Amino acid sequence: MPDSTFLDSTELVLNMGPQHPSTHGVLRVILKLDGEKVLGTECVLGYLHRGVEKIAENRTYAQFNPYVDRMDYVAAISNGLGYCLAIEKLLNVEAPPRAQAIRVILTELNRIASHLLWLGTHALDIGAITPVFYCLREREEALKIFEKYCGARLTTHAFRIGGLLYETYEGFEQEIRDFCDMFIPKVDEYEELLTNNRIWVGRLKDVGILNAEECKEYGVTGPVLRAAGVKWDLRKAQPYSGYENYDFEIPTRENGDTYDRYIVRMEEMRQSVRIMRQAVEKIPAGPIMGKVGKVIKPPVGEAYVSIEAPKGELGYYVVSDGSTQPYRCRVRPPSFINLQALDRMIRGGLIADVVAVIGTLDIVLGEVDR
Amino acid sequence: MAEEEPPGGPPAPKPEGVEAAKVPAKPAADAVKPAPKPAAAPPPPKPPATMAATLWESDLATELKQRFGTQVRETSTYLGQNFVVVSPDSVISVLEHLKLEADFDYLVDLTLVDWPKRAERFDLIYILYSFARNERLRIKTPIADGYKPESAVSVHLTANWLEREAFDMFGVEFEGHPDMRRILLPDEWQGHPLRKDYGILQQDNRWVQENLGIESGQ
Repeated sequence: MPDSTFLDSTELVLNMGPQHPSTHGVLRVILKLDGEKVLGTECVLGYLHRGVEKIAENRTYAQFNPYVDRMDYVAAISNGLGYCLAIEKLLNVEAPPRAQAIRVILTELNRIASHLLWLGTHALDIGAITPVFYCLREREEALKIFEKYCGARLTTHAFRIGGLLYETYEGFEQEIRDFCDMFIPKVDEYEELLTNNRIWVGRLKDVGILNAEECKEYGVTGPVLRAAGVKWDLRKAQPYSGYENYDFEIPTRENGDTYDRYIVRMEEMRQSVRIMRQAVEKIPAGPIMGKVGKVIKPPVGEAYVSIEAPKGELGYYVVSDGSTQPYRCRVRPPSFINLQALDRMIRGGLIADVVAVIGTLDIVLGEVDR
Repeated sequence: MAEEEPPGGPPAPKPEGVEAAKVPAKPAADAVKPAPKPAAAPPPPKPPATMAATLWESDLATELKQRFGTQVRETSTYLGQNFVVVSPDSVISVLEHLKLEADFDYLVDLTLVDWPKRAERFDLIYILYSFARNERLRIKTPIADGYKPESAVSVHLTANWLEREAFDMFGVEFEGHPDMRRILLPDEWQGHPLRKDYGILQQDNRWVQENLGIESGQ
């Protein structure tokens, strides 16, 4: 008699995506479920694969520069910075100090824009509608600065190998200062909405835990690693583009759950403002372009250069055969590598947590698939 | 290593050079190809430029040489970045040793470079980082086409997807990998696009016709 009273719960395979609003693009996740419990996942990738690394081998160094913006398109400036630094390393030149300072300001502004898009969509996935409007409102201000600086809002192609193409526009410094003054109270505003919100805390605390050991095993970097208690940020560990001149903290937390990753990213936005404030006060005078020939032709050799992108370690491994085109240009994409830990993070959790964990990884499918 | 690879002489500098020349974006890279290192030697037959790497001397390099003997073929540094060339059979033990004894506990990236004219066609590259030392190290191992290197998943879990991508793009299969399938391209796709003999406009026409119902994706 008792056997027939209850419904039998058997394993179920559920397909999520590639067209699903909370997979943040064209990610397909196959879920194996027992009732609401997740028994395992498998990611199916490649829907946005464009063969970026193959394209690189068939373009000149300068021609490939705009392509990198199309990988992590919400943080295009970071992508461009990494690529330019890699080629500059191969050429053994450095951008002039003025270019470096402007690069830092724009990259940090882009980090804020990227984190804002993450926060808005993450909150939307969890069910909070308001934050996304707030976040996009402030992100708009950042995009306006990009647009004024280089004419584009998303795929900016802001930097050139060796420095910058564009001088800053009239009133650039003041607009950055205004942005900083405006932005910090807005972060408080987001935190007021979310940080102590019972639903928010209930949905995020102890969800998708990834501890420091697992992070290292899976090569996970960026805010995910820092939320697990590892105080590691490439801007501090191996400074580039003059980051050693600025005073800022690396926010960390201990538990490595979704809530901690939220706190870390919120604090990172404040630290980015701190860096921008310092940088804008001391932009050195001087040229904005280093000594790079019209035709970029690095000597035979290879180099791996990486930066702290909003999502983690973004690296470029470039091999030169002495011609005008890269012989091989490998991109080390943080989103792709962080996504690999998804299975570890949600195995044993609930199906409702899947969207929380995908959101907290902050992936961009343009970068996962390249 | 790059020694004899990039042929500075007249024969096509890149395997798909002819193919690429059709693409409007590349006007005359071949025409403007005087040896990048004119200081080497003016006569044309032997100016193949090589990477100006120098010997990397450090405790770690000595230790690796002592422990692995001739399996460690070269320890070099270029632009301040250190790399070690290792025989393919012992690369996993080197990775394991570095992880356990020298704190290189983070596999940053794994990738391949194709040198089609060389006997050992591919360079398999592991980029390592040590949090404790704040140091990077590249492990390179030259492998022949068809050779199946041992999978690094037993040492670094990150290698799982990275090796799948390497297989997808270059057709190098990793022995002992738990799930050796393509990752970015469709499972039935023929060909490995990042090989140098795979043209930039090339595609698997059959797959495109069967699955997309169009004659060609071009």
